[in-house]
Amino acid sequence: MNAEKRDRGLLRVDGNECKGCGLCVEACPPKVIAMSERLNHYGYRTATYAGAGCTGCGICFMVCPEPGAITVLRAMAQRSAAGSGVTMGTEGAMPCASN
Amino acid sequence: MSSELISEYEVIHAKPKAFYETYERKDELQHQTHYCPGCGHGTIHKMLAQAMDEFGIKDRTILISPVGCSVFAYYYFDVGNVQAAHGRASAVATAVKRSRPESIVISYQGDGDLAAIGSAEILHAANRGEPIAVIFVNNAIYSMTGGQFAPTTLIGQKSTTTPSGRSAIHEGYPLHVSELLATLEAPMYIERVGLGDNRQIAQASRAIRRAVENQVRGLGFSFIEVLSPCPTIWRLSPVESQRWVREVMEKTYPLGVFRDRTKDAQPRPTPQEPPALDAIPQIIGVADADVTEHSAIRHEPVTDVDLHVRVAGFGGQGVLLLGEVLAEAGLDAGLEVSWLPSYGPEMRSGTSNCHVRLSREPIDSPLVTAPNVLVAMNEPSLKKFDKSVQAGGWVIYNGDAFPPECVRKDVHVLALPFTQIADALGDARAANMVMLGALLEIAGALPQTSVDAALARLVKNPRFFELDERALARGRELYRESVREVCHAG
Ligand SMILES: Cc1ncc(C[n+]2csc(CCOP(=O)(O)OP(=O)(O)O)c2C)c(N)n1
Ligand code: SF4
Ligand code: SF4
Ligand code: SF4
Repeated sequence: MNAEKRDRGLLRVDGNECKGCGLCVEACPPKVIAMSERLNHYGYRTATYAGAGCTGCGICFMVCPEPGAITVLRAMAQRSAAGSGVTMGTEGAMPCASN
Repeated sequence: MSSELISEYEVIHAKPKAFYETYERKDELQHQTHYCPGCGHGTIHKMLAQAMDEFGIKDRTILISPVGCSVFAYYYFDVGNVQAAHGRASAVATAVKRSRPESIVISYQGDGDLAAIGSAEILHAANRGEPIAVIFVNNAIYSMTGGQFAPTTLIGQKSTTTPSGRSAIHEGYPLHVSELLATLEAPMYIERVGLGDNRQIAQASRAIRRAVENQVRGLGFSFIEVLSPCPTIWRLSPVESQRWVREVMEKTYPLGVFRDRTKDAQPRPTPQEPPALDAIPQIIGVADADVTEHSAIRHEPVTDVDLHVRVAGFGGQGVLLLGEVLAEAGLDAGLEVSWLPSYGPEMRSGTSNCHVRLSREPIDSPLVTAPNVLVAMNEPSLKKFDKSVQAGGWVIYNGDAFPPECVRKDVHVLALPFTQIADALGDARAANMVMLGALLEIAGALPQTSVDAALARLVKNPRFFELDERALARGRELYRESVREVCHAG
């Protein structure tokens, strides 16, 4: 496990709530969000995290017009984890981001 | 990236708690708002919800939603909600805040709502410095109704009602509400922000937080105007709409703080407590002590009474005063009453009339279209209203020659030369009181003490008071005499 290399941030997009407006794609400074190729259940192409490079800046969250489409997580201080933290594989975020 | 790479992450930005978990407006799609993709309302909602979370005020916030695309805001915010009639949100917010001063009250309004139909309400709420936060969503158009021009529409901007673009000659200039309100003394904080790019959005979020914070600190009227994309009506993509905000809209509506008096501001003093209900009679001068020399206020009304009276005559004959004394006396006797004057546009020498109701039951309408007593102070008034009198009702007519065409078999008539009678008492102008005396005797409903109290309230000059008392007594007498005559004759 290479702790140095893990991203500072992590993006989750709720594919049922995202309406595919694309504002987060435009807003993300490191450009790590893209629109999905597939349409979701409601006919929208949804925002998808590229899977790496998120800084956890939260800008996408702020610009997104949908209350709960975007969740941004940030890496906790190494091993000091307690309480509110969630543990997940970064791969685990992927299906979430593109369903 | 290998799947063994496990890191620990914590959520730092997620759906604010001030939103409901799901939105129950529809059976379907309960996790989505009704806003179009890229709509500024959604972004602004989120900023507001975040501020509510941050200050922990969800349980004491009352959001006033407008008419416009954001009419359903109450489906999203898990706070107290009132949905106001079009344009009235800041007036409703005023009422809510005044009746619940401990609440955080936020008025959320579009530019059609606030700057067109609601322009008076916002102006006066601001001018009173009401301690509310107003979020003004300016998308330069009426969106909900399909894109009519708003007071905020830009010069040259096309809309369904300005198809060749807004022209200053026809529609005036874009209304700068923030600048306008900043000319007033009372507002505490006024800022215009935009949703044109990341930097603007971050500033908008801070401004909204600030407006909410001002309420938490009890400071006063705070107004945030947000230049907000409406991709659907603007017919631009969400990303193009953002650009339009910063490249076009912002030129007409410069961003910035127009008023900030928060720095040294003290919490706004709580308004004076309203007087207790039972103190009000004294304040407006109708307490027992003011009027009770003759008053029968504590007496039960004597009989059942249901008077529908129409009094008509020339201006100057005391038509309205007659009605007023009757209504006041009824009030004094504890009855339900109404008095409705009605006169034409002419300032002099026109006819005038009034409607008076006295009843033990609540009165549904103050209009008397079918009187059971008509007091006609001259012939034209008699001719005008004679037909409307209820069968079995009474006509009291000023004149001894009753016009033959007005004779009806199904109504009682007391026709006497009341003006001459009053003249004999000392002043022809007291004819109205002689007629009222007759009316009171016919109705038999009101104690004389109540009539005296009413007269004392309305006729301050002792000479006229004394004259009117005599006139009333004479009227009662005349009616009794007329009944005797009828008996003798019969
Ligand atoms: C008394 C009244 N007049 C007119 C309307 C029609 N109406 C509904 S919304 C609206 C304008 C909304 O525009 P705005 O306040 O800018 O809100 P937006 O939809 O752009 O968010 C109008 C005129 C109404 N509902 N009630
Ligand atoms: S948090 Fe920042 S870096 Fe991460 S996806 Fe969102 S905008 Fe991009
Ligand atoms: S996540 Fe939000 S901002 Fe991004 S495309 Fe979806 S709705 Fe738009
Ligand atoms: S019409 Fe415009 S203001 Fe209304 S929901 Fe759609 S984008 Fe928003």
